[in-house]
Amino acid sequence: MSTQLNDPLTRPLTKNIREDRRPTDMAAYEANDGYQSLHSTLGKRSPADCLQIIKDSNLRGRGGAGFPTGMKWSFVPMEDATPGHKYLVCNADEMEPGTFKDRWLLECDPHQLIEGMIISAYTLQADIGYIFIRSEYLLAAQLLREAIADCHAKGYLGDNILGSGFNFELHVHASAGRYICGEETALINSLEGKRANPRAKPPFPQVSGLWGRPTIVNNVETLCNIHHIVQHGAQWFQNLGIGSDAGTKLYGISGRVNKPGCWELPIGTPIRDIFALAGGMEQGYELRGFLPGGGSTDFLTPEHLDLAMDYDTIGKAGSRMGTGTMIVLDDKTCAVGFVKNLVEFFAQESCGFCTPCRDGLPWSAQVLDDIQQGRGTSEDMNTLARQIGFIGAIGNTHCALAPGAMEPLASGIQYFREDFERHLNNGHCPLCHEHNPKGKHDSQHKGQQGVSQGVAS
Amino acid sequence: MPVITIDNQEYSVKEGDNLLQACLGLGLDLPYFCWHPDMGSIGACRQCAVVQYQNTEDYRAGSRGRIVMGCMTQVTDGAIFSLNGDKASEFRKTIVESLMLNHPHDCPVCAEGGECHLQDMTVMTGHRDRHYRGKKNTHRNQYLGPLIHHEMNRCITCYRCTRYYNNYAGGKDLAAMAAHDHVYFGRHQEGVLESEFAGNLVEVCPTGVFTDKSLVNDYSRKWDLQSAPSVCTHCAVGCNTLPGERYGKLKRVHNRYNDEVNGYFLCDRGRFGAKFVNSDKRINNPGLRDEHGRYNIIDPHQALHQLVEACQGDNNIAAIGSPRASVEANFLLKTLAGEQHYSPGFNAQEQSLAQLALSLQQHSAATIPSIKDIECADAIFILGEDLTHSAPRIALALRQSVRNKAYALAAELKLQPWQDAAVRNLAQDQRSPLFVAAVTDTRLDDIAEQCHHLAPDDIARLGYAVAEQISGKANASDEPANTIAQALLSAQRPLIIAGSSCGNAAIMQAAAAIADALALRKNENAGNSMLCLTLPEANSLGQAMLSPNEAPSIEALAERAYKIDTLIVLENDLFRRAPAAVVDKLLQSVTTLIVLDSLETPTLATSQLALPAASVAESEGTIVSLEGRAQRYFPVSECQGERRASWAWLLACLKELGHPEAANIHRFDDITLACSAAQPMLKGITLAAPDHFYRNAGVKIPRQPQRYSGRTAMRANVSVHEPKQTEDDETALAYTMEGLNRHQPGSLLPFVWSPGWNSNQSLHKFQTETGGPLKGGTAGKRLLDNRQNNNNQQKNSQQAVATTAPAAFQASAGQWLLVPRQRIFGSDELSSYSDNLAELLSDASIEINSADASLLQVKNGDGLSLGENLACLRVVINNTIPQGCAAYSVGIAGTFNLTLGQRVSLQKASDWQRPKQADVIASDGGAHV
Ligand SMILES: Cc1cc2nc3c(=O)[nH]c(=O)nc-3n(C[C@H](O)[C@H](O)[C@H](O)COP(=O)(O)O)c2cc1C
Ligand code: SF4
Ligand code: SF4
Ligand code: SF4
Ligand code: FES
Repeated sequence: MSTQLNDPLTRPLTKNIREDRRPTDMAAYEANDGYQSLHSTLGKRSPADCLQIIKDSNLRGRGGAGFPTGMKWSFVPMEDATPGHKYLVCNADEMEPGTFKDRWLLECDPHQLIEGMIISAYTLQADIGYIFIRSEYLLAAQLLREAIADCHAKGYLGDNILGSGFNFELHVHASAGRYICGEETALINSLEGKRANPRAKPPFPQVSGLWGRPTIVNNVETLCNIHHIVQHGAQWFQNLGIGSDAGTKLYGISGRVNKPGCWELPIGTPIRDIFALAGGMEQGYELRGFLPGGGSTDFLTPEHLDLAMDYDTIGKAGSRMGTGTMIVLDDKTCAVGFVKNLVEFFAQESCGFCTPCRDGLPWSAQVLDDIQQGRGTSEDMNTLARQIGFIGAIGNTHCALAPGAMEPLASGIQYFREDFERHLNNGHCPLCHEHNPKGKHDSQHKGQQGVSQGVAS
Repeated sequence: MPVITIDNQEYSVKEGDNLLQACLGLGLDLPYFCWHPDMGSIGACRQCAVVQYQNTEDYRAGSRGRIVMGCMTQVTDGAIFSLNGDKASEFRKTIVESLMLNHPHDCPVCAEGGECHLQDMTVMTGHRDRHYRGKKNTHRNQYLGPLIHHEMNRCITCYRCTRYYNNYAGGKDLAAMAAHDHVYFGRHQEGVLESEFAGNLVEVCPTGVFTDKSLVNDYSRKWDLQSAPSVCTHCAVGCNTLPGERYGKLKRVHNRYNDEVNGYFLCDRGRFGAKFVNSDKRINNPGLRDEHGRYNIIDPHQALHQLVEACQGDNNIAAIGSPRASVEANFLLKTLAGEQHYSPGFNAQEQSLAQLALSLQQHSAATIPSIKDIECADAIFILGEDLTHSAPRIALALRQSVRNKAYALAAELKLQPWQDAAVRNLAQDQRSPLFVAAVTDTRLDDIAEQCHHLAPDDIARLGYAVAEQISGKANASDEPANTIAQALLSAQRPLIIAGSSCGNAAIMQAAAAIADALALRKNENAGNSMLCLTLPEANSLGQAMLSPNEAPSIEALAERAYKIDTLIVLENDLFRRAPAAVVDKLLQSVTTLIVLDSLETPTLATSQLALPAASVAESEGTIVSLEGRAQRYFPVSECQGERRASWAWLLACLKELGHPEAANIHRFDDITLACSAAQPMLKGITLAAPDHFYRNAGVKIPRQPQRYSGRTAMRANVSVHEPKQTEDDETALAYTMEGLNRHQPGSLLPFVWSPGWNSNQSLHKFQTETGGPLKGGTAGKRLLDNRQNNNNQQKNSQQAVATTAPAAFQASAGQWLLVPRQRIFGSDELSSYSDNLAELLSDASIEINSADASLLQVKNGDGLSLGENLACLRVVINNTIPQGCAAYSVGIAGTFNLTLGQRVSLQKASDWQRPKQADVIASDGGAHV
């Protein structure tokens, strides 16, 4: 991972990240201005002031939806008549296909997240925090636990932090390993030990979240920004961005590019510049399209390369900036297989709560599989179109997983219809040949044990 | 009331309702699965989708609107919806198509077929052609015990089962497992479902996953079942039931909705125990014992003649009625024998407690709550009852009462009670306070704020202490009385529950004292207080009302030192009620014992003349539930063999005898009328249901659905000619499918069915609103209704309430106080004759705490002999039992010589062996057995 901008104040999130990616420990963190925000904020500035700065900063959530963080926080009842806990939860479940930005922050600079969380908790007057971390992120979880212990030793966590009267306990909780656990209300259910089914909103977690108490869930990257903003001011943060959005953003690319990776750049950096950082496409591969913000975002095509990577611009182009980590479709990969792979992933990761997603996604996957295997019929394109309308519209399903799953499919058909038609008309496809894809019902259910067997009848 | 527009038509709807409720209430057919009228919405199935428009402009501009879920959308004034537009209809159709991807197409062999909500919704949405070409997922089924059959392939993943079983009924052993399209609903391991309310899964599951095992094994379609409104006779709660019959057999029992009593749910004793009517212990013919002691079948005329003979002239007659027989049969028996010679059929303890319950309720300043009222309670104190086993449906209601705290919290966030998941997530384990003082652990301990395990007299003492706290007469530091009192005092609708389980009058007195003190409290909730007193049998309270004055108990009859020429026993097994010595003594003084009963009980087996009585499923009658609700049950089918309703035997006898009181009694209704005239307290019983003159649009109410089939064929082995349908001269129901099952009074609803709605979900067509009364009114007539005047503080309360607490319990060396262990399966007489439950019955046991066990040098599974050969029972060590007390399984064979509250010696039985019994014991997990 390379770092392009060298002034630490212009790349606040990664300024401590070393080329060798060894984690920054407490000493190194503090040596580089670490916990300064903590010292200058707790007990010295009012939570209301901090909230105002976050609101003014125009920080938008980095977890995918881009919801303004200050606004989200302002729904938390501050003069709570019913005494009890308030919770701050860091969403470190990062399972969006193609996304690996939070991991970088977690593994390389755990203290940054902790400082961000303490300042956030102070602002919200939350007394308990959880870092809900993807189960595979073992190293990150280990580093966080150590960092938390160091903070306790220093009095940065626990009761009466730095004599401010503010108490904050922080726990690391490893996810059981399902994509849906990243959805904030499913995450909350999971934290409570329940099935990871999303909750209906309203009530929003800000009012009734974990254990029925006011709860804020934010992405790792979002929280890592907080103490920088509180320390350097809203204006500073606004100035970091290029377009209408504020701050920096971790952008990433995966696929057939020369240097897949992740970079902290001003938010609103043109897509073409990010591709340039990745060294362009690999020799012999052409860019056909890309998912700008992870597996659940709509395709964009080379004609979109000059767009700025910010929420509104990408939104207007018909996709979503999502997590800001792009997945590249090259000219040697068939869009049918590419999309099928994603739809199968989402079908597998459906929590099973609502019908369009639970039963509709496997149905879409089955149709895609038939098309890919050369068993498709012309009617299948209509079926897929129906499915996209059925599963893809927000509100048709209980949460955003299913509509997200339809985004690459819908846009894939829109932009790469020829791939689908090649399969339908020729029964096979030169691009798919070498990938040797196996049918869902042959591979997926093999070896399934236990009560719920997907044994085909 | 908000006005909403649905497909261009304006409707006024109820504030706060969701759109699905509103649509169903308006008679519009909006399909649904996961929503349940008593469990609210979660938005899982997406079947109830409608299209909502932003506003009139949006609608006029031809916008396509957006899909919203009816069950998750609160109605607001001015909202505009389309239910029948293409977008919504297409969506709903695709939902069904998706649900059918993995659903087996096996309706013909599915036990749900013909009353399947999935079938109905499939037809309703118009789904027909299958587009999916993939293979279906299949699952393995589980053994879930003798009552419930499991067929997981039919699951449509609506989550109703787990929501019911875990969230609503407090079960722990059913779960949704795995994810995506593999979600599996079952137990972590095969085994008997632990909940005492598991049977409701059969009605909650909208498909054929959970079905009634005994029905599956001896199957009939719903459309082939003949049914009639009935009342459960297995405890005093009086749940309304819908038994279904075919080929002369009771095939199954479904819930019969009564908004004030059982609502949507029954307990498993009621649902499955009613199969006793198919028992091979049923009596079909009259029997007369000859000089050799053998029974000979005689014909009914002879039998009647024998009966009349025995009652003739100056014969010295005595009669024993029964709290499990109808008011009418008891009334005739009392008429036949004369007041002085009629015993209501209680033992002495039962009798005094039933009378006490009656008088406490009559004189209480508190309200006598219905089950629905109980569900509204926001603080509860239970004294001396393990309700899950003694009045099960009340326990299920209390699991809802404790959620009132959640609803209050939800209201602050403007969440409606039907927003089920949101309300539960908000409140988590915050509950309205429930306190239990009992002699053992109880099945409600898991939701109780405090449980106190005390000897009966100490329970009463705690009760009195609480009452004193409430009336401000005691020292506030007295714990736990103060905590309990404070919780009750600050509640808007506090509820006190006690009952006769412990055989201890002081407990009931204390409960009444608390309820009165609460009613008379001086704070803003003054006047609000509820008192619920449970009794053991379906007509216990009715019997107390029929003979309110000093009437002889079984012991009292036995003590009478004169010869009884004829003793008539009505539907009563004396050997269960009193120690064998007492019964033997009584019977020794009897020349002719005549027993009318439906089952071959030990008492019947000693009779000279046995008369086969119709069971609850073949006769009509009124019974009075513990809340004083008179309810009528109707015959589901004609009497088989030579069985007659008990009242019919007795009426025939009275007629033969030319008894003056019978002069104007010609049929069942006349008995009800005569009884209501004779006993002021029972005045209201005629209003329990319409009489036999009632006609619906000129015709009687059919017991058979329109599609009832095989009227000729089912008798073809006897005769190929279709017989004339049996006339029912006694009731407003007919043994036919002709007639109108709509708009009639709620007490006459024999089944629920409506065009397009073949399943029990059709109920909403009969309701005024979700959870509201039936359109024809709530069944039953409350005889003790003091709900109107409960604010009348002048009312002379405390009359019946003794004001002094008993002395504290003292364990005495070598003597143990007998306290009860109730069991939902076994403690009730009739249900224990049900084949269904046989596997779940366990032998009788005695529970003592470990200190007593080591004193007695016994361990779990040893035998203990009680008193002088009173009983010998299996030991169970249970440390919740106070030292010096011993809890025995009441109502279970082997314990009938024991009396609650008695002190007995205990001794290790040296050569004791556990009686042979079935392998599986359901309640092993829950209650100690
Ligand atoms: C299916 C699904 C998966 C998600 N996974 C993640 C995730 O892994 N990490 C994350 O931060 N947000 C994830 N989100 C977004 C969260 O629901 C939530 O919006 C986010 O954590 C809020 O944080 P932010 O405001 O800081 O962006 C997911 C959302 C959906 C619908
Ligand atoms: S959309 Fe999918 S993941 Fe979301 S609630 Fe429905 S089934 Fe679960
Ligand atoms: S078993 Fe029945 S109630 Fe449970 S989820 Fe499946 S269909 Fe619904
Ligand atoms: S046994 Fe009691 S609680 Fe159970 S169904 Fe019958 S009346 Fe209701
Ligand atoms: S009934 Fe409304 S979503 Fe299931």
